[in-house]
Amino acid sequence: MGKATGFIEYTREKVGERDPLTRQNDWREYTVPFSDEKLRIQGARCMDCSIPFCHTGMEIQGATSGCPIHNLIPEWNDLVYRGRWKEALDRLLKTNNFPEFTGRVCPAPCEGSCTLAISDPAVAIKNIEQAIIDKGFENGWITPRIPRLRTEKKVAIIGSGPAGLAAADQLNQAGHSVTVFERADRPGGLLMYGIPNMKLEKEVVERRVRLLAQEGIDFVTNTEVGKDITAEELQAQFDAVILCTGAQKQRDLVIEGREAKGIHFAMDYLTLATKSLLDSNFEDGQFIDVEDKDVIVIGGGDTGADCVATALRQKAKSVVQFGKHPQLPGHRTADNLWPAYPNVFTMDYAYKEAEAKFGQDPREYSIQTKKIVADENGNLKELHTIQMEKLQDEEGRYYFKEIPGTEKVWPAQFVFIAIGFEGTEQPLLSQFGVKAINQKVAAKYGEFKTNVEGVFAAGDARRGQSLIVWAINEGREVASEVDKYLMV
Amino acid sequence: MTFHQFPKTQGLYRPEFEHDACGIGLYAHIKGNATHDIVAKGLKMLCQLDHRGGQGSDPLTGDGAGLMVQIPDQFFRQECSEINLPEKGNYGVGMLFFSKDDTEREEIESYINKMVVQEGKTVLGWRTVPVNAEPIGLTAQESCPVIRQLFIGDKEKSTDSLAFERKLYIIRKQAEKWAKKSEYRFYFASLSSRTIVYKGLLTPEQVDQFYLDLQDENFVSAFALVHSRFSTNTFPSWERAHPNRYLIHNGEINTLQGNIHWMKARESQFVSEAFGSDLEKILPILDTDGSDSSILDNALEFLVLAGRKPAHAAMMLVPEPWSENPHITEEKRAFYEYHSTLMEPWDGPSAISFTDGKQIGAILDRNGLRPARYYVTEDDYIIFSSEVGVIDVEPEKVLYKERLRPGKMLLIDLEEGRIISDEEIKSQLASQQHYQQWLNEQLVRLEDTDEAEGEIPDDLQVLQKAFGYTYEDIQKYILPAVTEGKDPLGAMGNDMPLAVLSDRPQSLFNYFKQLFAQVTNPPIDSIREAIVTSTISYLGAEGNLLHPSAENCRRIQLETPILTNGQLEDLKKNESFKSKVIDILFAENLESGLNEICIQANNAIASGASLIILSDRKINEKEAAIPSLLAASTLHQYLIREGLRTKASIIVETGEVREVHHFAVLLGYGVDAINPYLVFATYQQAIKEGTLPYTYQDAVKKYLYAMTEGVVKVMSKMGISTVQSYRGAQIFEAVGIGSDVIDTYFTGTVSQLGGIGLETIATEAKLRHQAAYQEFTDKTLESGSNFQWRHDGEHHAFNPGTIHTLQWACRNGDYELFKKYSSQANDERLGFLRNLFSFNGTRTAVPIEEVESVDSIVTRFKTGAMSFGSISKEAHETLAIAMNRLGGKSNSGEGGEDSSRYGIDENGDNRGSAIKQVASGRFGVKSHYLVNAKELQIKMAQGAKPGEGGQLMGTKVYPWVADVRGATPGVSLISPPPHHDIYSIEDLAQLIHDLKNANRDARISVKLVSKGGVGTIAAGVAKAVADVIVISGYDGGTGASPKTSIQHAGLPWELGLAEAHQTLMLNGLRDRVVLETDGKLMTGKDVVMAALLGAEEFGFATAPLVVLGCVMMRVCHLDTCPVGIATQNPELRRKFTGEADYIVNFMRFIAQEVREIMAELGFRSVEEMVGRTDVLTVSERAKAHWKAQHLDLKSLLYKPEGIRTFKQPQNHRIDESLDIREILPAVQPALELGTPVDVSFPITNINRVAGTIVGSEISKRYGEEGLPEDSITLRFAGSAGQSLGAFLPKGMTLELTGDANDYVGKGLSGGKIIVKADEHTKIASGENVIAGNVAFIGATSGEAYINGRAGERFAVRNSGVNVVVEGIGDHGCEYMTGGTVVILGDVGKNFAAGMSGGIAYVLTEDKEAFKHLCNQELIEFESVSTAADQAELKQLIECHYRYTQSVKASCVLKDWKKCVRKFVKVIPKDYKRMITLIEEQKLVGLSEEEAVMSAFIANSSAKSKPTKQQETANR
Repeated sequence: MGKATGFIEYTREKVGERDPLTRQNDWREYTVPFSDEKLRIQGARCMDCSIPFCHTGMEIQGATSGCPIHNLIPEWNDLVYRGRWKEALDRLLKTNNFPEFTGRVCPAPCEGSCTLAISDPAVAIKNIEQAIIDKGFENGWITPRIPRLRTEKKVAIIGSGPAGLAAADQLNQAGHSVTVFERADRPGGLLMYGIPNMKLEKEVVERRVRLLAQEGIDFVTNTEVGKDITAEELQAQFDAVILCTGAQKQRDLVIEGREAKGIHFAMDYLTLATKSLLDSNFEDGQFIDVEDKDVIVIGGGDTGADCVATALRQKAKSVVQFGKHPQLPGHRTADNLWPAYPNVFTMDYAYKEAEAKFGQDPREYSIQTKKIVADENGNLKELHTIQMEKLQDEEGRYYFKEIPGTEKVWPAQFVFIAIGFEGTEQPLLSQFGVKAINQKVAAKYGEFKTNVEGVFAAGDARRGQSLIVWAINEGREVASEVDKYLMV
Repeated sequence: MTFHQFPKTQGLYRPEFEHDACGIGLYAHIKGNATHDIVAKGLKMLCQLDHRGGQGSDPLTGDGAGLMVQIPDQFFRQECSEINLPEKGNYGVGMLFFSKDDTEREEIESYINKMVVQEGKTVLGWRTVPVNAEPIGLTAQESCPVIRQLFIGDKEKSTDSLAFERKLYIIRKQAEKWAKKSEYRFYFASLSSRTIVYKGLLTPEQVDQFYLDLQDENFVSAFALVHSRFSTNTFPSWERAHPNRYLIHNGEINTLQGNIHWMKARESQFVSEAFGSDLEKILPILDTDGSDSSILDNALEFLVLAGRKPAHAAMMLVPEPWSENPHITEEKRAFYEYHSTLMEPWDGPSAISFTDGKQIGAILDRNGLRPARYYVTEDDYIIFSSEVGVIDVEPEKVLYKERLRPGKMLLIDLEEGRIISDEEIKSQLASQQHYQQWLNEQLVRLEDTDEAEGEIPDDLQVLQKAFGYTYEDIQKYILPAVTEGKDPLGAMGNDMPLAVLSDRPQSLFNYFKQLFAQVTNPPIDSIREAIVTSTISYLGAEGNLLHPSAENCRRIQLETPILTNGQLEDLKKNESFKSKVIDILFAENLESGLNEICIQANNAIASGASLIILSDRKINEKEAAIPSLLAASTLHQYLIREGLRTKASIIVETGEVREVHHFAVLLGYGVDAINPYLVFATYQQAIKEGTLPYTYQDAVKKYLYAMTEGVVKVMSKMGISTVQSYRGAQIFEAVGIGSDVIDTYFTGTVSQLGGIGLETIATEAKLRHQAAYQEFTDKTLESGSNFQWRHDGEHHAFNPGTIHTLQWACRNGDYELFKKYSSQANDERLGFLRNLFSFNGTRTAVPIEEVESVDSIVTRFKTGAMSFGSISKEAHETLAIAMNRLGGKSNSGEGGEDSSRYGIDENGDNRGSAIKQVASGRFGVKSHYLVNAKELQIKMAQGAKPGEGGQLMGTKVYPWVADVRGATPGVSLISPPPHHDIYSIEDLAQLIHDLKNANRDARISVKLVSKGGVGTIAAGVAKAVADVIVISGYDGGTGASPKTSIQHAGLPWELGLAEAHQTLMLNGLRDRVVLETDGKLMTGKDVVMAALLGAEEFGFATAPLVVLGCVMMRVCHLDTCPVGIATQNPELRRKFTGEADYIVNFMRFIAQEVREIMAELGFRSVEEMVGRTDVLTVSERAKAHWKAQHLDLKSLLYKPEGIRTFKQPQNHRIDESLDIREILPAVQPALELGTPVDVSFPITNINRVAGTIVGSEISKRYGEEGLPEDSITLRFAGSAGQSLGAFLPKGMTLELTGDANDYVGKGLSGGKIIVKADEHTKIASGENVIAGNVAFIGATSGEAYINGRAGERFAVRNSGVNVVVEGIGDHGCEYMTGGTVVILGDVGKNFAAGMSGGIAYVLTEDKEAFKHLCNQELIEFESVSTAADQAELKQLIECHYRYTQSVKASCVLKDWKKCVRKFVKVIPKDYKRMITLIEEQKLVGLSEEEAVMSAFIANSSAKSKPTKQQETANR
């Protein structure tokens, strides 16, 4: 609490963003950091609640409320207000291994549960978080912390997404020798290829990976466990194995015409775009190019939005995003009271960009694709849709009902499917003999033990598709369990 | 050897918790003429004090009464013709109580006979004292002893009467010792050649009916020292009746435990010329089985027999305040300072009268907290008593009327036949030795050097972790202690588990809870009454108490017991006081570590060390620090046992200590000085990093100041004024520490539930240590979570899960969701003691339809006392509406209530609070407020800060708040720590009586806070005829209080409630009162648990606030509540989203849960369930908890047999009052028709609260407006009883001719009171003490004219009365916020302390002398120069003259021009600023209302001047 009355005196400033139209011409981050003075004032708005709901990280009605890694938000808000950046960094790093990621791409459930948000706009927590860590790097405060003693214990971590990296960091700091296996050419998992560069510049990810490597973590890329190295070998070489393989099995659209050319999974689209950008600044042509095409993204989530933004940067002719759900209300409703995650209408970066470009929000709500029609060459031609109504049955369960007469046809050359993920990929699990339930690794939260001795699981692989903060949380927690396991 | 029948310790009841209070009196002939009339009148006096005694369940059994007289030589010669009595003075008489067992008695008598002979004296004979037990109560009869007198002759005709007394003492002590060893029961009421005591378990009227001797005309004495006791129990005790052998005492010794320990410690060092080799025979000096009074008597007796004059001994035991008191001569200061190096004061509220048979003295405690008045008559009689009017005396015979003043001694020398003045006796004693010279030569004063910066340790953070520092500790406590200059504040209550229930390792300090004063003695205001406090203490070996010499004061004097690093270094280097540093570390075995400390100390003392420094500076990776408290207390107890304690001081050099509580506990357990080196290093680091904008020296100074003040505040909560007395007084209670640890290391501490042993303490210490030193742990500090919830931190009952679930459930009326909430609250963790129990399943369930309805259960529910002012209008009224809809009760809190809320709203809602609170500040407590209540609650203490007052900062006194509180907007309001009309149990009885008179239909409730001994207090309160007793848990909420208090003072309600319920039952008092409890009640199960432990009604506060939107921000004290609850800021109030229906849902949900559990337990009604602890058993999770499993919970479940609930209303004896019997019928025409009535009545001191019932009738009928002036005039003649004209509304005039006792015009609400001297009196009005103490306390409007002097604390908390008086005692106009006080005469010291409003005009011949007597923190002085001021003043004096014909007024008026220049106008600075601001705004053209608001805003934004406290801190 920099200032007891700060929340009364100051209002929330909108996040600084580059101009939505011009930023479409490049792939750099779309945000513009606040000035120090502005951050100080935004920090002053924090009320230093005795119960910081922002720091809670609980699930309410299936959604996350507050920070799952329990960031000590009021503590660093206060320090930022007082200009004590170095200490703010200490308090931030106490709970968060990678604030440079979460400060950029977390959907910030902390802000939804901010006490100030009961009646006013929340404290700009996410921006402050990013500013603290960026300043840390800028000022050279972030230096490799190389453990003084080593325990002689070896841990293999499969997957280098946020869960794997967090687990690796924690275990390395506890003195264990950690090797991270990644099947892609660059470590980072979804951080590297799942999230487009304009949201999270890849240098930021690489900087962290370099740091972790300097601290002693061994990264083995282009190596798929199960193919390039067997589970057995791994178990023989390491004292413990942690599966952080994510939940990348994408949910597919089961629909007439799905086989048409020009229909891709969103992840493939995004991954190739980023890889080509990094490898050759799109010189190599190894990406899906939608220039001058009509693009439809199916799925109303964040991944869909990233596809919209990517398509815009590739100069698509048009971009539309289909969502099954109706447009969210402008304010919280009676069944979505604070501190639950606010289900309210917001304008994500991609939508602002689309609006700037085409003069309208790219989102279509309550829409269901009935069939896809290809042209004679098997190339995608158009989508047939119908509008739906969201209704509640007697027991309060929601269901959708088509509205006759709302049929519509959408011409398109590209469709990206972004309707979520089904779970983790199975082959690796079977090689380890690890059990899964509902396509998630069976391991209890808090214990993280699979049915196989010495094999642990964490992150999306265990939890199912979720937030980066949950991945970091699981990475930290599994590390603590593995540490206990190793040190017995 | 005890001669009383207190029950043994059972359940939570402990006999040592018992308290006494009383009325005292002395009737004497100054010239020593002994008559039987003196004896008779003495007893008559007692009967007049009957209302100061208690009534138990048996009305004929008193709590005890008796008298001390001179040995009636004539009478004994007549009665004991068979005994050959030598000359008067050459024989001693013993008065003994024996059991009815004759064989036992004979054996004792023969032993005593043997002792007499052995000591070289002669047994002259024994006499059975004739008694008539018929008139006394059944209980008294059953316990009545056989009473015998023993006559002992002095063989040689002694000239040294003191030597003979000494021998008698030796005989007695030996007999007592022997009896104790042989487990025989007998008791010496007295054994002396000069005085004799007749006393017993009697009512005052019964004394001479029982003791036939007293009826004999030949039974004569020149004095009668009489006493009537009010005890907090109904258990028979003959020996606890007073007088004791040397003194009678009204009050309480707060520091008793310490005084006992120190006396014991000194015993082995005594060298006495008087006793010589006999000294052995009389040890121990103190009989600790007795009451505090009798133990004090033991001490006084010993000092007197060792050769001190009684007056001298009294000055040693109960010294005047000298260190902070500028009104004392150099000579006396030296006397007191010298003696302070020898002995600590016996501190506590007291009126003591003592005698050795030759001189009779009387003194008050240093603060004058008990009343004592006296008349001296023409024919040389002195009538001294707690009240005036106890003996009829013709007004013209009275030579003068006086009161005993704080710090002053009344001394009557019967041999010289005169009253020796305070000045004479004290200056005589002070000049006996060259005290000043001795001090100059010997006393060493520790230099207050500027602290040099040392090296910041490289491993600072490791050390901080090792000593359990958290980020919160540093950010929210250590740094703010400097920046705020005081013990930092917090808000809302504690909702963390007790240390023993916590899953985490806890500091040993957290197991100790601070005790505090409530009811039986008052807490004191260490800020406003700093004049009586002292932080001085001494280091080095003590001298010999019995032998005056210069060497005795060869000690080091400390200004504060907290040492800087530099000071400690100086001590270590000091050559004339040898020191020894002992490491307090352990690797594995804690016990052997402790033993090692003791051995080392013993050796060091043997080789001459007088400073033992216990140090944990050498903490390292391998060795953990022994908890400093454990190390120090171990050594303290060890040295006491070894008789070495006074040979050396214990200094603790520790990294562990950082908060006020830590210092307080260490001092309380006998530590002499403390060096918190790690705090200093922390400051140094913070300054280096730039987080603390001070120099290191300043930071250290401010910290020392804040901590010292904090400790003083903790002391003052218990009513203790000096660090010296506090040291070792063990004013703590342990929760969760096992008896083995307590008995060995914290001897004498109460630990009701037992708990952890040394092993667990060691485990906790090691866990902390490992967290710091293990290689791979996070090196940053833990967040800390005492006041701030953290995910990985300490459990809090109100946490994100419970809060949002509760809010959603109540908002949406969703009972299923509520059940989810309650299961979270019940099951999450072991948060509260109640979670340790589960139902044992022994009863058969009943169908829920048969269980009492929700509608019925909710009528037992109440919301907590939260003042309008602390919470917003919206929140306050929403609570009231909801509770009224339910038929439950909301509580106004202490901020008054707007009378517009007393009616019913158009929609049928009622915004009025059914319970109106009467707290120490008395804000808005008017007659009309009182008559509009269903229940009147006297708040004795508040869970979050028991023993403390409060301060509402000016910036929060918004115009609407000020309006309701009768205050000025923008001006701070102070709630004093005590009710200034309640310093003891009989005072509370008086206030209960006052309030019952003010509203006969309301239940009178007394709110207490749970602590060990609250049961006996509750019993006392029941005897003081309260209708409802509330036991609040320590975890209750607050708008602002020091963090130290929120966490560390008081106990959970489970303990207090169970103790109160059990103790009331043991006393047969349970059926007279309704028992209520509150303190973080959250669920239906909590309510059931409370009912099972004895509660019938239930209070909720935090939970309803949460329902209304509170999210536990804990910023109530900052006026920044973001949900519009705890704020007055209009902008924030708009954010309030609560509704009455949410509260209705909450209460009904709770009731429904209660029903469900009742069905399961087979109870059909709540009534049936109360006190049924037999359905409980210790839960499995309790048994599994690593610390809680050690608790012994049996005593909580103890179930005495008998009536378990309220059955029979109290008898308030209202029908016997003068108002009901005579006045009310006489004033009917005025009440009914408005026809003026003027009637006269005689009055005596037993006619208390005169006029109040009539006043309540006016308020009921005519509202706040009252009647036109003088509609009812009541004229009284005589001595009026206490509380004359309390709460008198407008339209009433009371004229008293004669004099009045305490509390004249209490709560005056618009009426007029005139007190004037009898026309026959010969005394000049300025000398005539005509009104008692604490007159016009809490008066809100009206006028009064007092033609004479009044006592202490005149017009305390006056907020609107205009009053003229001709002289007053100490602490006048304290905490005053409004009205005008004109004083045509002297004022006592500390005038205008805490006065934040109103004006005083004081007539003085010497303005500078007057100013010197004032507490100038808040006020300034002006001359009376403006025409408006002069006119106001003159008009008041004219009225005074008109109503009282005052000679003084007449003189002033006659010579007005000259006299007006002699007046000083006293006006509070803030008040003046606000008044001026408002006037300025009005001149601009604003309306009154606008002007006030505009002035308020202007004032709040302007920087207010720092208070004295801050200034001192800034120095």
